[in-house]
Amino acid sequence: MKMIHSLFLINCSGDIFLEKHWKSVVSQSVCDYFFEAQEKAADVENVPPVISTPHHYLISIYRDKLFFVSVIQTEVPPLFVIEFLHRVADTFQDYFGECSEAAIKDNVVIVYELLEEMLDNGFPLATESNILKELIKPPTILRSVVNSITGSSNVGDTLPTGQLSNIPWRRAGVKYTNNEAYFDVVEEIDAIIDKSGSTVFAEIQGVIDACIKLSGMPDLSLSFMNPRLLDDVSFHPCIRFKRWESERVLSFIPPDGNFRLISYRVSSQNLVAIPVYVKHSISFKENSSCGRFDVTIGPKQNMGKTIEGVTVTVHMPKVVLNMNLTPTQGSYTFDPVTKVLTWDVGKITPQKLPSLKGLVNLQSGAPKPEENPSLNIQFKIQQLAISGLKVNRLDMYGEKYKPFKGVKYVTKAGKFQVRT
Amino acid sequence: MSSNSFAYNEQSGGGEATELGQEATSTISPSGAFGLFSSDLKKNEDLKQMLESNKDSAKLDAMKRIVGMIAKGKNASELFPAVVKNVASKNIEIKKLVYVYLVRYAEEQQDLALLSISTFQRALKDPNQLIRASALRVLSSIRVPIIVPIMMLAIKEAAADLSPYVRKNAAHAIQKLYSLDPEQKEMLIEVIEKLLKDKSILVAGSVVMAFEEVCPDRIDLIHKNYRKLCNLLVDVEEWGQVVIIHMLTRYARTQFVSPWREDDGLEDNEKSFYDSDDEQKEKTDKRKKPYTMDPDHRLLIRNTKPLLQSRNAAVVMAVAQLYWHISPKSEAGIISKSLVRLLRSNREVQYIVLQNIATMSIQRKGMFEPYLKSFYVRSTDPTMIKTLKLEILTNLANEANISTLLREFQTYVKSQDKQFAAATIQTIGRCAANISEVTDTCLSGLVCLLSNRDEIVVAESVVVIKKLLQMQPAQHGEIIKHMAKLLDSITVPVARASILWLIGENCERVPKIAPDVLRKMAKSFTSEDDLVKLQILNLGAKLYLTNSKQTKLLTQYILNLGKYDQNYDIRDRTRFIRQLIVPNEKSGALSKYAKKIFLAQKPAPLLESPFKDRDHFQLGTLSHTLNAKAAGYLELSNWPEVAPDPSVRNVEVIDLAKEWTPAGKAKNENPTKKFYSESEEEEDSSDSSSDSGSESGSESGEEDEEGDSSEDSSEDSSSEPESESGRQSDTENRRVAKRNSKTKGKGDSKDEKKENEKSKTSDSSNAESSSVEESSSDSESESESESESESRKVTKEKEKKTKQDRNRLATDVSLLDLDDFNPVSTPVALPTPALSPSLIADLEGLNLSTSSSVISVSTPVFVPMKTHVLLHRMSGKGLAAHYSFPRQPCIFGDKMVSVQITLNNTTDKKIENIHIREKKLPIGMQMHVFNPIESLEPEGSITVSMGIDFCDSTQTASFQLCTKDDCFSVNIQPPVGELLLPVAMSEKDFKKEQGPSLFFFFSSRFAAKTVHSGSLMLVTVELKEGSTAQLIINTEKTVIGSVLLRELKPVLSQG
Repeated sequence: MKMIHSLFLINCSGDIFLEKHWKSVVSQSVCDYFFEAQEKAADVENVPPVISTPHHYLISIYRDKLFFVSVIQTEVPPLFVIEFLHRVADTFQDYFGECSEAAIKDNVVIVYELLEEMLDNGFPLATESNILKELIKPPTILRSVVNSITGSSNVGDTLPTGQLSNIPWRRAGVKYTNNEAYFDVVEEIDAIIDKSGSTVFAEIQGVIDACIKLSGMPDLSLSFMNPRLLDDVSFHPCIRFKRWESERVLSFIPPDGNFRLISYRVSSQNLVAIPVYVKHSISFKENSSCGRFDVTIGPKQNMGKTIEGVTVTVHMPKVVLNMNLTPTQGSYTFDPVTKVLTWDVGKITPQKLPSLKGLVNLQSGAPKPEENPSLNIQFKIQQLAISGLKVNRLDMYGEKYKPFKGVKYVTKAGKFQVRT
Repeated sequence: MSSNSFAYNEQSGGGEATELGQEATSTISPSGAFGLFSSDLKKNEDLKQMLESNKDSAKLDAMKRIVGMIAKGKNASELFPAVVKNVASKNIEIKKLVYVYLVRYAEEQQDLALLSISTFQRALKDPNQLIRASALRVLSSIRVPIIVPIMMLAIKEAAADLSPYVRKNAAHAIQKLYSLDPEQKEMLIEVIEKLLKDKSILVAGSVVMAFEEVCPDRIDLIHKNYRKLCNLLVDVEEWGQVVIIHMLTRYARTQFVSPWREDDGLEDNEKSFYDSDDEQKEKTDKRKKPYTMDPDHRLLIRNTKPLLQSRNAAVVMAVAQLYWHISPKSEAGIISKSLVRLLRSNREVQYIVLQNIATMSIQRKGMFEPYLKSFYVRSTDPTMIKTLKLEILTNLANEANISTLLREFQTYVKSQDKQFAAATIQTIGRCAANISEVTDTCLSGLVCLLSNRDEIVVAESVVVIKKLLQMQPAQHGEIIKHMAKLLDSITVPVARASILWLIGENCERVPKIAPDVLRKMAKSFTSEDDLVKLQILNLGAKLYLTNSKQTKLLTQYILNLGKYDQNYDIRDRTRFIRQLIVPNEKSGALSKYAKKIFLAQKPAPLLESPFKDRDHFQLGTLSHTLNAKAAGYLELSNWPEVAPDPSVRNVEVIDLAKEWTPAGKAKNENPTKKFYSESEEEEDSSDSSSDSGSESGSESGEEDEEGDSSEDSSEDSSSEPESESGRQSDTENRRVAKRNSKTKGKGDSKDEKKENEKSKTSDSSNAESSSVEESSSDSESESESESESESRKVTKEKEKKTKQDRNRLATDVSLLDLDDFNPVSTPVALPTPALSPSLIADLEGLNLSTSSSVISVSTPVFVPMKTHVLLHRMSGKGLAAHYSFPRQPCIFGDKMVSVQITLNNTTDKKIENIHIREKKLPIGMQMHVFNPIESLEPEGSITVSMGIDFCDSTQTASFQLCTKDDCFSVNIQPPVGELLLPVAMSEKDFKKEQGPSLFFFFSSRFAAKTVHSGSLMLVTVELKEGSTAQLIINTEKTVIGSVLLRELKPVLSQG
């Protein structure tokens, strides 16, 4: 397993704007195979992540309008490479605030230093963000000013403490004046609703994101009122698995800063309460160049909370030329090139249900679309975990101060699709 | 001079030049040629000047721009001489960037690169581990063959470095050197062997990586480390986990027998079909001995399970494939949930995971059936994901869920994504073919689709209908007629060809239509696709044979057209058909059979999953994804055959056991650790699994049966070495084995214990001398102490005495050291911090020493331990210091004893700058101090570690502990036990070292070496008749020996 040989970053217009080799140099021309596959795939989402070329294998990911194409020479678990590439993209995001071509080009030296630390001979060396940050400090305006005056560098000269410890995710000597621990319980409803409004498939996927700013080496345990709800859980490495197994308590020494504590799925036995309903009538007349579009959205089982941030996205059939609609609330856009209709609804008030009505102009002469497009719906409900999951308490051991603790719940639409 | 304008120049001019260069030679052009083309010589000159300036900021600027050039793939090789000069720069950032440059260009400029070597060699000795490590990294990355010997040397040294981080880098360097010069293989294997023994979680992943790269076939190197790797696994970093799991999967497939015998079947028709010839064997096998899983096999399966919860998709997949390939089929089910979870991830992960699920779902439907709906397709999924989901849905379809699925498929067929709609139609065809209940429904559904507006959909339906009809001809005349009509409208060649073929095959069922179709086709023949033409010829031939009256002329017309076709396949076919069907004087015997030839019953095509043939690749690999063997793919071997004779398996076990003996001893003898791992684990879990020794505790928790089996096999394994080394009598062996099983049972459910008891009673019924009796009851008492409910009583007076004895022992701290005297194989097991003394610990330490069951390493458990006061808070003006001996190998030097110092600030003010000064050490003694602590908050506490080389003496190390304002003199005097390191030693070696000796009736042996000089220290406790005992200490170090004797004697003689 020689793992990752080289990495090329390619933008949407097909320019290779960064290359890095961990072994002998591989010519850029290897990317031609990738471009070929890209052309064949027609759309970026369909570029196969694994491509075989005569001498190499290319494993790529598509993130934030960029392709990360890695060159592999021998057998390697493809997920290993994919997961690593995403970790690289995450790191860029973390360092530069965005993972974009411009950000990478502006910080090319840091990018290079990071890549150098993250892989050695194609094998991951340091991927934990806190270790990297000790080795290479993220750029800030203040620091670059200071550096240019004092000549000090962005590069750490001692081995990060995390690298040698049993808890590589935390660095030693963390200090805060305000000690705080915040947890966001974010649940997403994935659902497919069929034409008649009945649920074909629905499940709840949740994550708990934490923002921990605590001094020293705090040892936290987080318990739930109803931990049995969590059917399948994946953990940040800091969580003690045994403790969860035996007591259903999340016990951990947290990384410093923002991180994802757990992701979970709520057991499928529980019926999922669907918070919105959609009334729709979309029709295309035979032998005519127009159709009707009428969608109304309303709240349902919202547990007394307001549904906000509602957007409806529809990929209209190719034959649709234009749409002439009137929303009772919010605003809509239709992109005649991509045929995407976006209706930004905003908040739903039960008194007056938002609707979007009007005419659809079709290409004349073309056969009417076979199928009505499906509606993708986004929404957000604050202060509610739709599964009913509740954090019971957070205890801290190992440190003496009293931290400020907070839990926030949000429910969102995940992949929420209404077939029409 | 603005650097911006430079960057601009660089982009415009340099870029072009580079391209020219690259065109000229496929590699990067050499610097000379480059210079000629370059329009901006001046600019590079400028960079050179900056590099030669004596200001670091200028250099740094230059280096940053050069790295920018490299990143863009531009040539910067001509700057090599200027850059390489800066390799020794004091500025760490410049240095790092120079490293980046060197690694990129050294291969092209080998001679110049040599200039930098000495700098690295110097850096390899740097006290800063980060610098040592990065020097090694660069040195091994520059790919200059001349320096192979230097690299070899550096790797060897780094492999023995005290910093695990440097050792990790050494493991990486091994692979680099190997790819540079494969000749070094043998030497590198030695280093790998050494590093495999490393206990650091940091090293484990990297060295296994090197192993896989350099010598994946040397499975023998793994034996000794197998358990350690299993136990470390949870704590290893995630990338290492993937590599180790893959390696261990291969390992398990070569070392254990298949667990798939009994529960093979039902679901897995395919397999059981293949295995049918094994059945015979299986039966004979069963009569002799039911399958019991090797405890090590179980260990691997159990220890990987928590990793299914990893956030890293690659780890989850690695565990999933491990379960798939080596766990009993009944247990593999747990992976499906985790794999389904990964489907929430990004599209690349989904793609790979779905592929693997597709392969799995062919063989074991049941695993994923509960998650059927998770594979429902959304219109927003990319097509490749949709197709894979569809594939899985098809595999999962059965009588029970098919109606739901068909309803779902109806939605898909209408999808705007036509490629996907076509795939759905194929899927429906496959379901129809596989599930006879729905064949008709599907068929009529497909017929409906024939009137679809989209041609691709229609064409696909035609093709699928054709296949279905072929399976059950006769009753579908109507459909064929319907399809014949479609010929007028449909243009897709495959579909037209399919219809023609269908009509030809069934020409006798549609006697009126067929000739008409031929007539139409004859008209359009010349404009048809080749594929269609061939089918027209076929149709003509078939009709000629069955209905020559109506079609003779038509067929001949077509044959004439075909004769002059542009495509030679068609001309060929034409000639062939003409000869065969048109009787003439030349036509041979064959034409008599023409009808049989053309209208033979054709076997229906099998509609199979395209993933059918992927299962011979290990799941989760690149080869599996590509469905082709990738370079460097390591075949997963078949399970070793189960020989009818179980001794074959014993050989294997012996082999393993031999290797493991030392580790085994370590386990029994280091009970403290085990104990803590059990009780502590509950609270402090993360480390635990590494601790929960191989067979102990956690092992048995699950099933009685399992525990049983493990006992069985450990009996084998443990008895072997015993007879090997000691040549002792059989009874001896029995005894050892029995004790072994005892240890194992301890700390578990009651059931388990009863199990033990049973075995115990049965054992003792065979039994033997009193000593045996004693030892067994002792281990009994240990389990008793653990769970009070245990009713078993220790009956003999003598035993009670020993117990009390130990009780007292336990209270004495220094005597805890007994643990440490025990043979512990240093490479494999490290003594974890000794905890507060425990009765059980000592009991075990004493009594189980001769048995040889097995333990594996653990990383130190986080526990409080016995501390000594270094500085009292009163005398330290509020600063309190305690020290303790963590009993870990010291990271500062291998002759040092590691000492942990805990500092507490009991004042209400910050204490600043805590450091050590004025070491007053006796000659020879050395001390590695901790880094000064900047400040300690009020109520704060900090633990630092330092190393002291006591020179194997109990002399005091005195030094001053200073704060910003004060200095306090303190000293550390080590208990003698802390100067010793436990070592593992076989009985044989022990005796050899001990010199001429007597045969012991019953004795306990402990071996250790001193930290500084490594002199051996052998302690023998020999129990004589009654309560007398003899204590013998053999050592070169008479002083320590006598001190030890003095300390040991009173406690032992108290009984």
